[in-house]
Amino acid sequence: MGLLYGLIAVGLALIFGLMDVTNFAHGEFLMIAMYLSFFLFAFFAIDPLLSAPLVAAALFILGAVVYLLIVRFAMRAKANAGMVQIFSTFGLAIVMRGLAQFFFTPDYRSIPQSWLGGKTVSIAGIFLPEPQLVGALVSILAFAGLYFFIHRTDFGRALEATREDPGAVALVGIDKNRVFAFGWGLGAALVGLAGAIMASFFYIYPDVGASFALIAYVTVALGGFGSVFGAFAGGIIVGLVEATTALVLPPSLKSVGIYAVYLLVVFIRPRGLFGSI
Amino acid sequence: MDKEFAARRRRDLIIAAVLAAIAAATPLFVKDVVVQNILILTLMYAGLSQSWNILSGYCGQISLGHALYFGLGAYTTELLFTKFGVLPWFGMLAGGVVSALIAMGLGYPFFRLRGHYYVIATIVIAEIGLLLFHNWEWAGAAMGITIPIRGDSWLKFQFLRTKLPYFYFALALCCLAWFVTWWLENSKWGFWWRAVKDNPDAAESLGVDVFNSKMGAAAVSAFLVAVGGSFYAQFVSYIDPESVMGFQFSLLMALPAVLGGIGTLWGPVLGAAILIPLTELTRFKFGGSGRGVDLIVYGTLIVLISLALPRGLLSLFSRPKKTGASR
Repeated sequence: MGLLYGLIAVGLALIFGLMDVTNFAHGEFLMIAMYLSFFLFAFFAIDPLLSAPLVAAALFILGAVVYLLIVRFAMRAKANAGMVQIFSTFGLAIVMRGLAQFFFTPDYRSIPQSWLGGKTVSIAGIFLPEPQLVGALVSILAFAGLYFFIHRTDFGRALEATREDPGAVALVGIDKNRVFAFGWGLGAALVGLAGAIMASFFYIYPDVGASFALIAYVTVALGGFGSVFGAFAGGIIVGLVEATTALVLPPSLKSVGIYAVYLLVVFIRPRGLFGSI
Repeated sequence: MDKEFAARRRRDLIIAAVLAAIAAATPLFVKDVVVQNILILTLMYAGLSQSWNILSGYCGQISLGHALYFGLGAYTTELLFTKFGVLPWFGMLAGGVVSALIAMGLGYPFFRLRGHYYVIATIVIAEIGLLLFHNWEWAGAAMGITIPIRGDSWLKFQFLRTKLPYFYFALALCCLAWFVTWWLENSKWGFWWRAVKDNPDAAESLGVDVFNSKMGAAAVSAFLVAVGGSFYAQFVSYIDPESVMGFQFSLLMALPAVLGGIGTLWGPVLGAAILIPLTELTRFKFGGSGRGVDLIVYGTLIVLISLALPRGLLSLFSRPKKTGASR
């Protein structure tokens, strides 16, 4: 489960952690992705695993459009930039939830039969549910890909440079909006991937994103802003803590452990485990 | 103190008195219960937002976890009332004190954090509170507490046949929060807070006690919000963890201040006067379908207003400042 949290968080790590833009609609991106893979399954019988790239591509466009239509202007705000980002993306989240209720109704849906759902693999006597296993694999790949992308490509460097100093970046001929729109698209595509995988074993409903969004924030902050590896480590820690808490406390309290660990970590290291900002 | 400033403060006080008098007279003309309900909620959120504004607006420590104090106020009052028979009036005070103490206790670790790390910590702590109350059997767990009806009485602060007492209490709360803000704005604390907000390091070097001024702001803010929570519990006479400690309350407290003008004296009142009737009306007009149209309308408005007026609606009225670098 931890690696799945990691997968949800990795998109946020890019948007929130690397570009330093607050995105309160991240959970709703996840929700949209889950619905997309649900409908692709329901109408075209495409298994969520196969449709994952399609969903990711669709989310890429959504992310880029959201940046160009809303976030671009929110970042330009001269005063209270932080609050403007919080509330414009929060407003967007409400709209997306409303739209989901309007078009998809508040019913709980699930994908009854998929390649992954309900199956388990046994490795050396330990039974592991398949969806989680695939999720874990995809998330490791996604993290590795993002890490490579940020640290080894021109685009990654452009992204970090743009966050550091948009003015100077413009002087050397980098278009800030293009870089950030691409970054938002990529962040949304990653959460799209997470949504597609989760759709095969999770209930899908308009508010589903909200329950994962806070954990994604905690994961990113635990690892430290500005660090891809931090978000990955954060995801694993969150998963382990959740599993451990569930052993000692009633299941409804399992998130308390995660939150408590976050508080503990930032009290000791106010910039998270591997944070640079 | 320069004369213009003193005149502005006097003018603010007079405007507030006039507005309060007008508000106090509205129930004479407005008999419709639905409208009265909206007015009560508007006043309550104006008061809450004003209290939130003390810590988040003036002192710059944006909290998205004030639902914790709201819920603590509500729960302290109702637990004392239902389990020990303590009158809500004392429960209200107790709730305020408990919240202020917890806010200060949390301040020790929290105020070391900066930026996003701090904001996320405030969200997380309110969420922990929510989950704990969800699982606390003695406090009703997820079932919540139903406040026993003992008939209309000021002593027990519950009224079935009329909403007027609630209206006047909400008005009093709003005025109190406004007056506290007005008074503190010009005190040593007010100046410290603004210094801390603008540049904590510079403030510290000039001898401002940064840590204690954050603590002061947190305590005042939490106390007032908790009183609001107690009021709300008496008003709706049923509480459960989601309905008094949910994340939406943290946002609903912040939104009016942000829309009206964060860190300003009038912002929260203006924001609440516009936002809350709008929320209730969209819910009333479009919410019946159960299909989220109210959410779509409401969310769109929030996006548009926050993008169009980053400094809040009040910035429409104020002339651009002459000082400050022009860019």
